[in-house]
Amino acid sequence: MKVSYYPGCTLKTKAKNLEEAAVASMAALGVEFQELSRWNCCGAVHSLADDDLIHHVAPIRDLIRAMDQGSDKVVTLCSMCYNTLARSNLLMRNDEVKRKTINDFMTEETDYHGEVDVVHFLNFLRDMVGWDTLRSRIKVPLNGLKIASYYGCTLVRPKDVAIEPVGERIMNEFVEAIGAVPVDFAASTVCCGSYQVLAHPEAVADVIGRIIESASAAGAEALILSCPLCEYNLAKKQDELVRNGKIAGKLPVFYFTQLLAIALGLGPESYRLDLSDVSAIECLKARNFPVESAAATA
Amino acid sequence: MPIEISEKTIKHEFIEKVSQLSGQDIFKCFQCGTCGGGCPMSGQMETLPRRIMRMAQLGMEEEVVNSQTGWTCASCHTCTANCPRGIDLARVIEAVRLLTLRKNINMIEVSKLPAETIRELPQIALVSCFRKLTS
Repeated sequence: MKVSYYPGCTLKTKAKNLEEAAVASMAALGVEFQELSRWNCCGAVHSLADDDLIHHVAPIRDLIRAMDQGSDKVVTLCSMCYNTLARSNLLMRNDEVKRKTINDFMTEETDYHGEVDVVHFLNFLRDMVGWDTLRSRIKVPLNGLKIASYYGCTLVRPKDVAIEPVGERIMNEFVEAIGAVPVDFAASTVCCGSYQVLAHPEAVADVIGRIIESASAAGAEALILSCPLCEYNLAKKQDELVRNGKIAGKLPVFYFTQLLAIALGLGPESYRLDLSDVSAIECLKARNFPVESAAATA
Repeated sequence: MPIEISEKTIKHEFIEKVSQLSGQDIFKCFQCGTCGGGCPMSGQMETLPRRIMRMAQLGMEEEVVNSQTGWTCASCHTCTANCPRGIDLARVIEAVRLLTLRKNINMIEVSKLPAETIRELPQIALVSCFRKLTS
């Protein structure tokens, strides 16, 4: 099976561990991810002002690229890209007036009406691969590892683009499929503070402290997520939080795709734990899961 | 502190502009405060979204535009998801931000960000921050 894939900027630089683990896992499951032959930054956030159409052009252009190469769906991994692409897509499907203005503006492109479905990787995994198939391909079940699934904002809000419109189960289903134990916690959809880490870092420290403590208190031994900005706030800031006494101890953070690659028995060059905080590999080694850092081969 | 509210103080143009930019009927708000209750950044906000909504209804342009609320908002859409009146508050706050940003005012100076921070941040952090806080 071949599927069009939109990576987004961050997955080519700061979040290679999110992407490479996903692409390798898909290959192992017999799915070839075909990166769009041309793509551009989606703009990271959906344009909210009624008169601001120009910022929809970037994500829509990406969708046109997918359509032009004959795809009826495009899969993406980064939560922010997913949200931005999916919301612009809905706009093009539902708003006749804005659709015409945008299509008229992009004279060099094929007219677009929302022909392509924007699919998050988790939905693809559930609907196109299937949890049963995934379960049957697991070589290193992460038995007993208690995992908190962090959705953050853009996978679930607003509800018309939520990867799961009612409740949050899909990440728990994923956790179960790789043999681990899902742990529910109250802060799974509380915002990590997002880009405010630049303007209000102290406020963001408070929020992420509460999220980590909420997951730890629920008994989680690790936390999974799908957004490079959440990963930056929730993982890379933890040393600082421990120093400031905002959290009692560190909680290992993984991209869900890293645990997928590990559970499928793939090599360290796919799950790239060398790019994650050291607490991540320590957590798995302490439980005797056969993992290593790819630092030497990367 | 007493606030004078009369036909003279109500900035109808401002109400019109916020309504247009956001596409929302701000008069639907009945002041329940659910928005601020779920807001992850509310601890940092002097003026909670509920008050922004009331002040916007009363055309208090200066107070709304000069508040820090929009600059502290992380655009997480929790208020939008929770509003029992179905108001997309994220759009209202965006409209308020744009009233300042469209005067070519930046709320974060890109050139003053430490090089170390830029080196380690994911691109989506920079792009989204610049989209929300620069003109």
